[in-house]
Amino acid sequence: MAMTALAPTTTATAAAEPPRRRPGLIAFALLAPGLAYLALFFLVPFVSLLITSFGINDPVEYGAFSYGFYWQNYVDVLAEYWPQFVRSFWYALLATIFALLISYPIAYFIGVRLRERTLLRNLLLVLVIAPFFISFLLRTLAWKQILSDEGPVVGFLQAVGLMGPQDHITGTAAAVVFGLTYNFIPFMTLPLFASLDRLDKRLLEAGSDLYAGPATTFVKITFPLSLPGVISGTLLTFIPAAGDYVNASQSFLGGPSTAMVGNVIQSKFLITVNYPQAAALSILLMAVILVIVGTYVRRAGTEDLL
Amino acid sequence: MSVNTTTLRAANGPVRRRSVGSWLLPLYVTAAFIVLLIPIVYTLVFSFNDANRSNISWNGFTLDNWQNVCAQPDVCIAFGNSLLVGAVSTLLATTLGTAIAIALVRYRFRARTVISLLLFLPMATPEIVMGAGLASQFLTMGVSKGLGTIIVAHTMFCLSFVVVTVRARVLSLDPALEEAGRDLYGSPTAVFWRVTFPLLLPGIIAAALLSFSLSFDDFIITYFNAGTVQTFPVYIYVAAQRGIPPQANVIASAVFLLAIAATLVFQVGAARRAQRRR
Repeated sequence: MAMTALAPTTTATAAAEPPRRRPGLIAFALLAPGLAYLALFFLVPFVSLLITSFGINDPVEYGAFSYGFYWQNYVDVLAEYWPQFVRSFWYALLATIFALLISYPIAYFIGVRLRERTLLRNLLLVLVIAPFFISFLLRTLAWKQILSDEGPVVGFLQAVGLMGPQDHITGTAAAVVFGLTYNFIPFMTLPLFASLDRLDKRLLEAGSDLYAGPATTFVKITFPLSLPGVISGTLLTFIPAAGDYVNASQSFLGGPSTAMVGNVIQSKFLITVNYPQAAALSILLMAVILVIVGTYVRRAGTEDLL
Repeated sequence: MSVNTTTLRAANGPVRRRSVGSWLLPLYVTAAFIVLLIPIVYTLVFSFNDANRSNISWNGFTLDNWQNVCAQPDVCIAFGNSLLVGAVSTLLATTLGTAIAIALVRYRFRARTVISLLLFLPMATPEIVMGAGLASQFLTMGVSKGLGTIIVAHTMFCLSFVVVTVRARVLSLDPALEEAGRDLYGSPTAVFWRVTFPLLLPGIIAAALLSFSLSFDDFIITYFNAGTVQTFPVYIYVAAQRGIPPQANVIASAVFLLAIAATLVFQVGAARRAQRRR
């Protein structure tokens, strides 16, 4: 089961491991190649991104820049692109909340209600991960066609008078948030399922034996016990959603007024080739995400995620 | 555990009232699944559309697209690139990651926190930042982008997921089995290949499948490091501006149907085995 493996991302901590031996030559040989790879192709790129972000863009020659300590790049990109910045985090937050609200009942149904019906449960899990097997670009384009001005949804809403003849769905903020929510629902559902699947049903029965209503049982027992799943699901949704540029791109669900910071970085890096500004924006995005995620994880109370 | 719940229920009898959730929840889940599956059905249906270059409106049913997948050669080339990149980077990431996973469980390190952080960070970094970072490193080093740089990038972001997946399996391994192997005078290599590796294999396979699907579907990092080479998602992104040919839907649908069929066979088999055990 390929994708259910996503679930233990954060929950593997549950089993405390007793490290047994002192490291020797074998341990080093096992660890070194992989860690060296990550250092070389994950850490070093950060350093080159940081160096590039302080470079001075050549105003004449296309795509050229010289190294320096030009921190003005950061001031410039913040002054010019703060709306896209704020929009990214706002859209990502909305998408995370919607994905959580939509996914929780699904995960609860599969993980708790269907626990004794293995086959049906596994079939529904396959349906949850089914979207992974079709390129997310094609699925997003499918939504674009369905929600387009000629599509059935707009036609229906205009016929019943909920939309005016000049109104659109594609190209609006709502469409982008919809696309982000849709694309990340499996990333939310799987960790939630992994948590709820381990929930001891006897605790729920104990709750109702003590005359707690379904709502109280949920607030006092189910939700707190599923918190690890909620945390990993929201992180797996929020982080990639904040950096996404496909949904908000104009050839997908977005429009001129929905550009997110990812769209700016992409066009700076690959189209206008202003590398220093693209790098400064990437560093800023990463810094904000680290601050948000750090605060969130600390407040939620699970510090070790791996 | 299931025994306990049933006895509890039997003792309590049928007095417990059925909550609203007992019918509302299945109804909601059914509706949610229908909406979630709409774009998949749409992609499948439009693979049979009698359209030429832009596959937007329905022009009638045809099997042509399925019979002549490579009528749009770019689609097939991109698909081939995706398979190649997926296979090579899965092999690399699975090898490197499995080694790390074994070492992490078996040995005590002083730098443990640093190592965990290094493994966790790639999963917490937005793809666009990793993509831009690698691209600017290749730029600084003067490396020209192509299949090689895509493979380097994919191996990098698959690695952590492999470690997490395989580690869970190593943790569940009974050390007594390896001790038994050593007691029977198995050399360390023999113990590894005849005891440890076969026991870890399900975890390694799961990690490889995960890694391949992550690589196959990746667009954001790939686009920054692909140069003029197109993988399947890059092809779709570029073609989206002028219209996707139906052949792209055929390839996506075929991959989808194959993957779903394989998963279903596996799941039904697993459910049968579980039932027999009960």
